[in-house]
Amino acid sequence: MKKGNSNELEQSAFFRWLWRQLTSMRIALILLLLLAIASIPGSIFPQRTQNPIRVQSFLTENPGVGKFLDRLGFFDVYGSAWFSAIYLLLFISLVGCVLPRALVHLKESFAAPTLVPRYLNKMSHYQKISDTNLTLLEKNLRRKRYRIRIEPAALSAEKGYLRETGNLIFHLSLVVILVAIAMGALYGNKGDVILNTGDKFVNVPTSYDNLSFGRFQNENSLPSFKLTINEFRAKYDPANNQPLDYLLKANLDQNGSSNSVEIKVNQPLTIGSTKIYLQANGYAPIVLVKDKAGKEIFNGAVNFLPQDANLTSIGAIKIPDMNPQIGFVSSFLPTADRDPVRGGFSSYPEVLDPRLLISVWQGDLGMNTGVPQSVYRINTSQMQQIGLKALSVNESYDFGVGTITFTGWKPWVNLQIVNDPGKSLALIGAILATIGLLMSLFIRQRRIWVKKIEGGIEIAGLSKNEIPGLAEEISELINQSNLSSANLSKNRKLRRQ
Amino acid sequence: MSDRQAATYSNYLIYSSMIVFTLAFFLYAFSVAWQKKSESRTSNFANGQMVLGFVLLTAGVVLRGVSAHRVPWGNMYEFSITGAMAFCGAFLFANFKYKLNWLGLPVSIAILLTLGTAITLLYRPSAPLVPALRSTWLVIHVSAAIISGGVFLLANTIAATYLILDKYERTSGRPDWAKRIPALETLDLLCYRLVAFVFPLWTFAVIAGAIWAEAAWGRYWGWDPKETWAFITWVAYAAYLHARLTVGWKGRKAAWLCLLAGSTFLFNYVYVNVWGSGKHTYSGL
Repeated sequence: MKKGNSNELEQSAFFRWLWRQLTSMRIALILLLLLAIASIPGSIFPQRTQNPIRVQSFLTENPGVGKFLDRLGFFDVYGSAWFSAIYLLLFISLVGCVLPRALVHLKESFAAPTLVPRYLNKMSHYQKISDTNLTLLEKNLRRKRYRIRIEPAALSAEKGYLRETGNLIFHLSLVVILVAIAMGALYGNKGDVILNTGDKFVNVPTSYDNLSFGRFQNENSLPSFKLTINEFRAKYDPANNQPLDYLLKANLDQNGSSNSVEIKVNQPLTIGSTKIYLQANGYAPIVLVKDKAGKEIFNGAVNFLPQDANLTSIGAIKIPDMNPQIGFVSSFLPTADRDPVRGGFSSYPEVLDPRLLISVWQGDLGMNTGVPQSVYRINTSQMQQIGLKALSVNESYDFGVGTITFTGWKPWVNLQIVNDPGKSLALIGAILATIGLLMSLFIRQRRIWVKKIEGGIEIAGLSKNEIPGLAEEISELINQSNLSSANLSKNRKLRRQ
Repeated sequence: MSDRQAATYSNYLIYSSMIVFTLAFFLYAFSVAWQKKSESRTSNFANGQMVLGFVLLTAGVVLRGVSAHRVPWGNMYEFSITGAMAFCGAFLFANFKYKLNWLGLPVSIAILLTLGTAITLLYRPSAPLVPALRSTWLVIHVSAAIISGGVFLLANTIAATYLILDKYERTSGRPDWAKRIPALETLDLLCYRLVAFVFPLWTFAVIAGAIWAEAAWGRYWGWDPKETWAFITWVAYAAYLHARLTVGWKGRKAAWLCLLAGSTFLFNYVYVNVWGSGKHTYSGL
């Protein structure tokens, strides 16, 4: 019984010690620096949240080290246990430090300034003045909006409480930002979809190419709307091939009304708390494939993946309905050009002189193996090449068991559809943090003490964090109060720590 | 004046400013090496050259913007010339307020190095912006970041001076050329004031960047390399301010921390722009 008690005591003493350590400034400082160091690997190694393909290729190129790093979370640094541990400890430390300070500050805000120190000559900005007009001094201090505590033959004045208020606002708004980030992660969703012109997008999970929900979100939380892609325009600078402008025109059907809308880079479309962003674009050549008998097997646009700034694009046209199966490993060149080394490539991102380069493969496309496949590539290990051709628009190619005709092209756009309900809160937190920071760094908190002595008065002051200006303020105060700062004041002491 | 002419004049103005900064550099060097008084005629003349250089450089930056019909912050060449301008401006302001003639020597070297790298390695012909950069936030975000950068580098220069002089004072005493540089405590305080002054602006630059990222990329924070390093810089300076204000670190330790924080900013500028990947890298630097 007794033993258990002392154990409990030891335990509580241990936790109190731990708490004191955690909320100490020194530990907070170490945690801050650790946080900075811990963020570094995320900018060096590829991250799953940003570029899963590069993570995969890193793992294949460095199998040993890669696996080890992966287990330590180096490819998802900002979601890793150690990164989370650091920032959570930091925030616990912050709250544990700031809340008690907030209580103290609240009490101080309603209380009179501190007592006048016993020995003013030990304080900074100390001086003696022969005049003794304490009442006028008090009046001037009040006019400068100092708070004043009157003691017998002495007074204590303080100003700049808002400095600490700002400091507390700053630190607490960091907590607000953290909460906002958590809200976005738990209640948000994010997905993307590739659409051709003419496509209709209905906002249900099956329409997306890729969709992830926050922990407390599900299929039913998507707002209902329909988007019809009417037109996509990309303008380029002929001088350097750089893009000048992208514009997407669409129709938005929502709540029974239909509106035409525009989406540009930097100008997303807002639907409630959901935003739609124009992220990428490319070309989809349209092809018509017929079998030997002239029966249409496939007719449609196939999205190709851009490889460079001039939109040289690669893609795969898969025809599983022919027997044996046919695959076209292809490139689309919006403005065709040739180079003895690179072969065919595109020299301008707009469609001026399009070509579809195809390599025809016959065999097993491997689509029934259950292994997920890239839509832009064909695994030709079970196939053999039966033809090779560069097609201009409306040109056909007979590959023995059928024909392919390059009939035209369509642009495609990649839209990102994001719902982050924590966004506004994060903005509020950020604005409050900036205001708090400005207050805590630029408001000067200072105290002035005055004491009556034999033949005059003593005056001294203290400026928090040695912010300059108090010396000037005190001499101005003395002048205004008509006190001759004479003879005795020679031993003014400027104490520097 | 046609766009092409404006771009050419901008280049001439930047070359001229380099000549003037070189002159200022020699004058500062002369004054540091041979003159006893801080406020000598030579150093005053050097300050005059610095002002002239600043005016020429500013005109060059403005004309660069005129030639491209936009703010001149579209690629690394333009960031560099504007950054050098901000750095020079921060020095002129600090010199006006705190009398820092001695700082002219390292500052003029740093400006010459920045401009030299810009015109030789980073130069790109003037051109319009890619669509991702076309936003009002470019003006707000980048100007705040560039000004912060200028002041951070100035604080770094002072911290480095502190550490060098501190080393001398602990061993052989200050050499003659350093006699006129203010006391170590003054340097320490000055360094702190610059950081405290510009830290809210850096905070604002990061927030403005987040707001812009939300509009352009669909998220306000995505741990893009540039964002990550901006965060690291922010955390490092936050640590510096806490160390100095709350823990009471002063002098050597604080100077090292300041130098470290400033290096993360420089690293972000050089590494992420040149070798990094991510959304802040645009074609042609």
